[in-house]
Amino acid sequence: MKYIDEFNDPALARRLLDEIRATATRPWALMEVCGGQTHSIIRHGIDQLLPEQVELIHGPGCPVCVTPLDVIDKALAIAARPEVVFCSFGDMLRVPGTDRDLFRVKSEGGDVRVVYSPLDALELARKNPGRQVVFFAIGFETTAPANAMAVHQARRLGLDNFSLLVSHVRVPPAVEAIMTAPECRVQGFLAAGHVCSVMGTAEYPELAEKHRVPIVVTGFEPLDILEGIRRAVHQLERGEHSVDNAYARAVRDQGNPAAQRMIEEVFEVTDRNWRGIGRIPASGWRLGAAFRAYDAEHRFDVTDIRTEEPAVCRAGEVLQGLIKPTECEAFGKACTPRTPLGATMVSSEGACAAYYLYRRMSGAPAPRGARAPQEEMNPVG
Amino acid sequence: MCLAVPGKVVSIDHHADPLTGLIDFGGVQKQACLEYLPDVRVGEYVIVHVGFALQRLDEESARASLELFEQLGLLDEEFGDAWEQAARQESGSEVR
Ligand code: SF4
Repeated sequence: MKYIDEFNDPALARRLLDEIRATATRPWALMEVCGGQTHSIIRHGIDQLLPEQVELIHGPGCPVCVTPLDVIDKALAIAARPEVVFCSFGDMLRVPGTDRDLFRVKSEGGDVRVVYSPLDALELARKNPGRQVVFFAIGFETTAPANAMAVHQARRLGLDNFSLLVSHVRVPPAVEAIMTAPECRVQGFLAAGHVCSVMGTAEYPELAEKHRVPIVVTGFEPLDILEGIRRAVHQLERGEHSVDNAYARAVRDQGNPAAQRMIEEVFEVTDRNWRGIGRIPASGWRLGAAFRAYDAEHRFDVTDIRTEEPAVCRAGEVLQGLIKPTECEAFGKACTPRTPLGATMVSSEGACAAYYLYRRMSGAPAPRGARAPQEEMNPVG
Repeated sequence: MCLAVPGKVVSIDHHADPLTGLIDFGGVQKQACLEYLPDVRVGEYVIVHVGFALQRLDEESARASLELFEQLGLLDEEFGDAWEQAARQESGSEVR
């Protein structure tokens, strides 16, 4: 059992598709929350293989895409400082700020480095006591335990030259925000599997009950996604709305208690602006009082940030599932992964980039075998 | 961003702080922090995200899912050719 090939089996995928087809008697709209699932769906053409009644709406679950513009601009300002080594996951480097991106800062002499893990940034701090090492701590619940451990270790080791620029986001408040939006069409959710590997499923029954939507914890391989869809459609057809776990091999109901304890020790819940969407109450984490000294926003007093989004970019609507990327005028023309106007065109998990990479220029079928340039051992953004 | 890669625990360094292990991802080996799965054993599969093992993979659940899929509506319709082609071209190209 290697847990990958088995969940890619075309014969079993066909069985699942048959079953979904046989089950769905009416139109249903499901949202996959996680950008990793969006990428997998577009890459494997799952949305095009589904029966017509089942529509997938792509959700806001790409942390690179929703990191607010003012935080990107703060990152740019901090990274440009001569004493700073600015460390980030790779995808953040091309995310457009108001007038440049981290690549530009790097080319202008800023010490900007791509790291695989926040512990790599911590190691840089240990080796360079004379420099200020800042790690750009973005991500959902999946990434929070790693970032929390880095700052926890920094305090334990007395590494005062290490800090985090934090822009963490949480899934359940986003689900709440989507369901309460007036134009919401979502009837069921595929919940993000790896978020639940950490947090478990306890936060979801209340949401399922309140909004009367099935919430199915779903994995990332093609069979995982199809099984998530099958179970959600099954519930919808029967008028049910409960939390179901279709990714039991990686998700326990209680999640990972050790990781949750670390998150609780280091972070506290805060309101957060989501790029393109706006402020969602209690939807983020920031460093708690005991770790405030390691907050880069406090350490480097960056003020005078004035943000401006390009007017043509409709990433906000894309992130809320209101339009498909191809409905944006700039898609594939002024805006491509080389010249992204919005963050959803940067990350391979952003819906705009996924559509572009797999040639969904006008909703036409993707050429099979199209493939993202790099993603394998770099499960980031 | 939240992708986590399944890998097999090859060895564990019990003296490392934080607890660290060597994980094999289909041939490529990398260190990962095991602090969140302190009782994990060599030979178990875990999912790893940005250098941290976040959860064990449960073989029994995996098998149960696959068996369930096997039993689903044993129809033999031909509408999935595109799927098969896609899978053939993609196979082996992705670690997730
Ligand atoms: S295609 Fe580009 S400009 Fe249009 S919504 Fe997507 S990121 Fe924004």
